[in-house]
Amino acid sequence: MQKQAIFQSKLLPYALVAPQLAIVLIFFYWPALQAVIQSFLLQDAFGLSSTFVWFENYIELFKDPAYFEAVVRTFVFSFAIAVSSLSFALLLAVMADKPLRGSMLYRTLLIWPYAVAPPVVGVLWIFMLHPSLGVLSRYLRGLGVDWNPLLDGNQAAGLIILAAAWKQISYNFLFFLAGLQAIPRSVFEAAAIDGARPMRRFWTVTFPLLSPTIFFLLVVNIVYAFFDTFGIIDTMTRGGPGTSTVTLVYKVYSDGLLGGNLGSSAAQSVILMVMVIVLTGIQFRFVERKVTY
Amino acid sequence: MANVTLRNVRKTYTGGFEAIKGVNVDVADGQFCVLVGPSGCGKSTLLRMVAGLETVTGGEIDIGGRVVNQIEPADRDIAMVFQNYALYPHMSVFNNMAYGLRNRGMAEAEVKTRVEEAARVLELAPMLERKPRQLSGGQRQRVAMGRAIVRQPKVFLFDEPLSNLDAKLRIAMRVEIRKLQRRLNTTSIYVTHDQLEAMTLADVLVVMNGGQVEQIGNPLAIYEKPATTFVASFIGAPPMNLMSTRADEIKSQLGGGATEAGILGIRPEDFVITDQTPAGGVALPLTVEAIERVGAETFVYGTRAQDEQRVAATPGELPPGEVIVRIPGTEAPAIGARIRVAAVRAKLHLFSGDGRTRIEA
Amino acid sequence: MVEEEGFRRYVAHAILWIGIAIVAFPVYIAIVASTQDNALIANGQMSLLPGGHFFEVYYKTIFVGTSGSTREPVGNMMLNSLVMALAIAIGKIAISIISAYAIVYFRFPFRMAIFWIIFITLMLPVEVRIYPTYKIVADLHMLDSYAGLALPLIASATATLLFRQFFMTVPDELLEASRIDGAGPLRFFWDTLLPLSRTNMAALFVILFILGWNQYLWPLLITTRDDMQTIQVGIRKMITTTDALTEWPIVMATAVLAMLPPVFVVVAMQKLFVRGLVETEK
Repeated sequence: MQKQAIFQSKLLPYALVAPQLAIVLIFFYWPALQAVIQSFLLQDAFGLSSTFVWFENYIELFKDPAYFEAVVRTFVFSFAIAVSSLSFALLLAVMADKPLRGSMLYRTLLIWPYAVAPPVVGVLWIFMLHPSLGVLSRYLRGLGVDWNPLLDGNQAAGLIILAAAWKQISYNFLFFLAGLQAIPRSVFEAAAIDGARPMRRFWTVTFPLLSPTIFFLLVVNIVYAFFDTFGIIDTMTRGGPGTSTVTLVYKVYSDGLLGGNLGSSAAQSVILMVMVIVLTGIQFRFVERKVTY
Repeated sequence: MANVTLRNVRKTYTGGFEAIKGVNVDVADGQFCVLVGPSGCGKSTLLRMVAGLETVTGGEIDIGGRVVNQIEPADRDIAMVFQNYALYPHMSVFNNMAYGLRNRGMAEAEVKTRVEEAARVLELAPMLERKPRQLSGGQRQRVAMGRAIVRQPKVFLFDEPLSNLDAKLRIAMRVEIRKLQRRLNTTSIYVTHDQLEAMTLADVLVVMNGGQVEQIGNPLAIYEKPATTFVASFIGAPPMNLMSTRADEIKSQLGGGATEAGILGIRPEDFVITDQTPAGGVALPLTVEAIERVGAETFVYGTRAQDEQRVAATPGELPPGEVIVRIPGTEAPAIGARIRVAAVRAKLHLFSGDGRTRIEA
Repeated sequence: MVEEEGFRRYVAHAILWIGIAIVAFPVYIAIVASTQDNALIANGQMSLLPGGHFFEVYYKTIFVGTSGSTREPVGNMMLNSLVMALAIAIGKIAISIISAYAIVYFRFPFRMAIFWIIFITLMLPVEVRIYPTYKIVADLHMLDSYAGLALPLIASATATLLFRQFFMTVPDELLEASRIDGAGPLRFFWDTLLPLSRTNMAALFVILFILGWNQYLWPLLITTRDDMQTIQVGIRKMITTTDALTEWPIVMATAVLAMLPPVFVVVAMQKLFVRGLVETEK
């Protein structure tokens, strides 16, 4: 797709793209290239010299059970966050899509958590569910649960999934509502005339017609869970207890910062890049049909 | 004030597609020239070349004695009215008209005078402060016209300016455009695919097809003596009936030295329902298939059947096909009736077998 | 729409209010906690109703900071966050709109190559190239600076794509009319294209401001000086998970202050926000 009506100028277009091109090259391509190069190098203990080691960093990584665990954990987190947040948001959106009084008010009251930053989300939830002083922990202990996410890895993981899903509700709700409102009302009316009861209408009409939105949101949520959970994890558990809440991004951060193992950290970055490219590719292939390049 | 001359103008796109295949047109000062043709015939491209919005790949475009091929649109001293009006949506009506004047560094007082004068002429004065989206289709059209006339250019260019309006408004605006052009006496080139618009507006009509000019001339002259079968069927509604005819029929009926088969054309309005065969004319037996009554006139759609062709005394065998006959009033034969229609010698048009040339008999 | 009978309608209202309660509860607790006495909270005795320390806690938070290791007043952190968010939003819109203009309205050698170079950045968030980027910012002596905070986050294609999409929908005739009216490329951009892009710019600004304000990992890495901390980084440094010394009312007040600007933007500019969100995700 191209414009037919254009301007003629030799230098102006270059001047116009120059600022963005400069920033992209300096702060995007150069570091990305560095990450790739770094991932093939092994630095000595003092960081003074490095040798080219082919795929050794990658092989080490794949042999490392801790890395494997982080991969599995990241995917488990992603799916748990996506599925729980999506289903709750879908329920709310279906309710809000009904011709109810005050539906605009409902929307306003449900979308604002989008604006809450991940570290703040972490702070809010750890405060509520803090083992010694959390308001909700009292009730959990009252129910006989031995609640201590600072010591129990599974509880910590559950807490992070809960907090991350909470933050994502508003985003999913908004897109579900938009998706629902895009379905022509006459389709529901036809289904009603065809004798479908409300629940059946949902599963046979609404849900299939919403499937592009669901798929789109699934991908977005997984990408979100990969990256934006960093702030939540860092404020809530800092990867602990042990390594029970270390995700791939958190590992890149902590290995590079604490371990100083730049080669491994770079190799992890490159693997992450590949994963994101694949996810984005899927999204473009199956969801993104509106854009033509 | 200027005349516009196109000398062997060509347009070939980089892909090799030839959109304009050598066009020669001469529009005298103050004349209203209409380019008409089916979509894809190159009429809009040609107009945009005159405007300077498309490059010229061959030939010369001359405005007021100056070859403008390499000159920017802004410096050609032309103004253009676009099909979708192309009003600046964020500017008021006043600013839309003033924009081109201000860009040329005209003093604000003069800008005001000119815009207000144009607004008065076009009856836009009460809505000068409105935005285009607050206007009706007809009003937007006027603003687009206003933007053209404030510039007082040498040439007005119109690119299907009425096609976004409904039928009634289109007729009203058509009359208005014509009156305005007469008053300003500015050379104009107007593109349309609507033959009725073309006929009613043009001093000079240019019928185009496939990137070439089929015929240039006064609209009535073109109607009366179309140069090709394309022009014959494009100008006039419903279109002229065209029937291929053998050489001997042409010779026996129309005289002359025809040695080849040709195409005989008769306009629907030139038929009369009669049992007589006028001397030198033709008569056709028809079976009535459909009738359309529109009040002042009636269209009869008939077919000539094989077995009836022998019945016809003259002109003998014509190939089967549909014939449209236009008769005044609402009186019409019944559907299924067999009738005979005839046309006099003077109303017959004869073309060569390929339809490219008119044979004057 | 199919009419719902009364009972179902009540169920729908009820579910929505439960949803709103779940969404709002953590924030309610934060607001309540920010008005109470620390000793009470530390004992696990926190009340579920607001306490009487509102002014005291917020005054201390904004102008003094915690008594612990980081003594930075939160007011200053908010200022840093504001500068960073504005720099990201305005910077990204500015460089994107002109490059999109060049790509859509001009033909020049390497046009498509440049488009792809910019487009590919869409795929990779800053997190995956975090250390090399850190090194470059360090080499450019931009650690602990607003430029270092903002520039790497500006390097992304979303806004460019959005403007490109929008420019493609602007009718060609507007440019042609401008050319006939004697406007050159810069004048067309300034007089016509920019005013037409206003709504898109505003929607994009809302989204980018929120994203900028909420940045965490990048500022965490490149700010070492306390007076350059953003509020998101500051709040993390206030909680010491193993320590009983965390001043919870101040932490919660900071959380509330950190939420306030972006939440206000979402609620006050809901239309633009929704539009921006939908457009940037396209």
